[in-house]
Amino acid sequence: MSDQRTGSADSSAAIEAVWRIESTRLIAALVRVVRDVGLAEDLAQDALVAALSQWPESGIPRNPAAWLMTTAKRRAIDQFRSMQRRDRGYAVIARDQEGEAVTIDIVGAFDHVEDDVLRLMFICCHPSLSPEAQTTLTLKLVGGLTTAEIARAYLSTEATIAQRVVRAKRTLADAGAALEEPDLAERANRLVAVRRVIYLLFNEGYSATSGEHWMRPALCDEALRLGRILTTLVPKDAELHGLSALMELQMSRLAARSGPDGEPILLLDQDRTRWDATHLRRGLDALDRADALSAERGVHTLQAAIAACHARARTAESTDWVLIAELYEQLARSTGSPVVEVNRAVALSMAYGPAAGLTLVDQLVDLPALRGYHLLSTVRGDLLDKLGRHEEARLEFVRAAALTQNHRERTLLLARAGRLPDAL
Amino acid sequence: MRFMTMIKSDESMPWGPPPPALWEAMAAFAKEGAINGTLIEQAGLGSSAQGAIVSLANGSITVIDGPFAESKELIGGYAVTEVRSKEEAIELGRRLLQIHLDNWPGWEGSCEIRQLFQDNGEAGPS
Repeated sequence: MSDQRTGSADSSAAIEAVWRIESTRLIAALVRVVRDVGLAEDLAQDALVAALSQWPESGIPRNPAAWLMTTAKRRAIDQFRSMQRRDRGYAVIARDQEGEAVTIDIVGAFDHVEDDVLRLMFICCHPSLSPEAQTTLTLKLVGGLTTAEIARAYLSTEATIAQRVVRAKRTLADAGAALEEPDLAERANRLVAVRRVIYLLFNEGYSATSGEHWMRPALCDEALRLGRILTTLVPKDAELHGLSALMELQMSRLAARSGPDGEPILLLDQDRTRWDATHLRRGLDALDRADALSAERGVHTLQAAIAACHARARTAESTDWVLIAELYEQLARSTGSPVVEVNRAVALSMAYGPAAGLTLVDQLVDLPALRGYHLLSTVRGDLLDKLGRHEEARLEFVRAAALTQNHRERTLLLARAGRLPDAL
Repeated sequence: MRFMTMIKSDESMPWGPPPPALWEAMAAFAKEGAINGTLIEQAGLGSSAQGAIVSLANGSITVIDGPFAESKELIGGYAVTEVRSKEEAIELGRRLLQIHLDNWPGWEGSCEIRQLFQDNGEAGPS
């Protein structure tokens, strides 16, 4: 009956593993009780410290989640009683405990787990926070990443991230975020914010905007995990399934999108046998679910549908570019984004020839929103190259290389400019 | 990191068939896995009587229909999990067995936990 670990199992690693699995719902449940994100996290941390000191001796308890929850709640009550502090969070606990024995309802502690985790996500993506603070806090509190791990993922320092977290928590406290009970309409708004934050995280991992590396898979994994959690919490939200589909489909190409030296390989040049079949299947399934839930495709679902066109094509040559161009047109209509128009131009060129693409691109070059956008120059260079206008193409590639922030991409662009035949 | 967890036990079930409480606890466990994002997929396997073994030995391939002669340690089901360390996969395996201990008197068996190779464009699995 003993739960003691034997053999070489490293107990601190095992405890950390429990923490990884439990921290989200623990913090989420504590936020419900104490209505303060900072306090909830402190209490959860206290419980972790207690586990680290007690479990190596006692072994991991039969129900570690309940143990952590009990410990955290006791800690809260103890603190309240000894310090007689009257701040909001403690007062709430005190009120909850009035007329009750100190024994805490452990069975009921996680009864609201879906609501709790969703509330925590809403708080982390609160409108009072900057996108940067939203993603950091989401990684920390919902993803359960340590400050050091977040710093590594963002190529930042622990001090910077820690400071960002502290500031974000203060902003949330000032805004009373944890005290809010968003109504149905506000929940819909918040869900939009949560989806945006998850995709921001994914993109930061998938196409690293800065630094030596082309991508940071750890961030992609986290975003996918958050997407999985969220589709469990809000299963009827079509666009969430669309977002999951999009991330899964993009993720399926992760291995194929860089060469042996880490250099990027563009979609059409990728070895499709290296696309991950599991991600691909999960992506297509999620897209089907999104389509089954709603006849109208949201932005993420449309992007997923485009990714699915690539996923379904066995070879680059068999890609259905006519359909892709159509989907980009729908996407451009619902986003009004000139960047989408650049992609539509590529699709048009593939479906109807480079001249068709260039016609659209030339309409875009003067848009203020696209000034300094390196992909526009890359695309224009590519189309000019295909039309045999090499000198103009070279200028565009050099311009794109100067505009991109990514070292790898710059190398690729300059190499491409260098390979063009000399104009005489 | 992705792991495959295979649960193995004696197919003849000398301790009797799984009680309804086990299914309830397993469903709750699967829900937990969905909410914390660790569970990618899971499935139970049919009995070996419905299966077959195709083997290659001494240069020839033979097919033997189930039930399998060796039934003490048969895979009864599997789960694919996405976790951040092997310890996390072990902890999930421990919980799975705890559910059996709590809900299926007499049951004995084991969880085999194996990392799935993943080609994510980085260096191979450590």
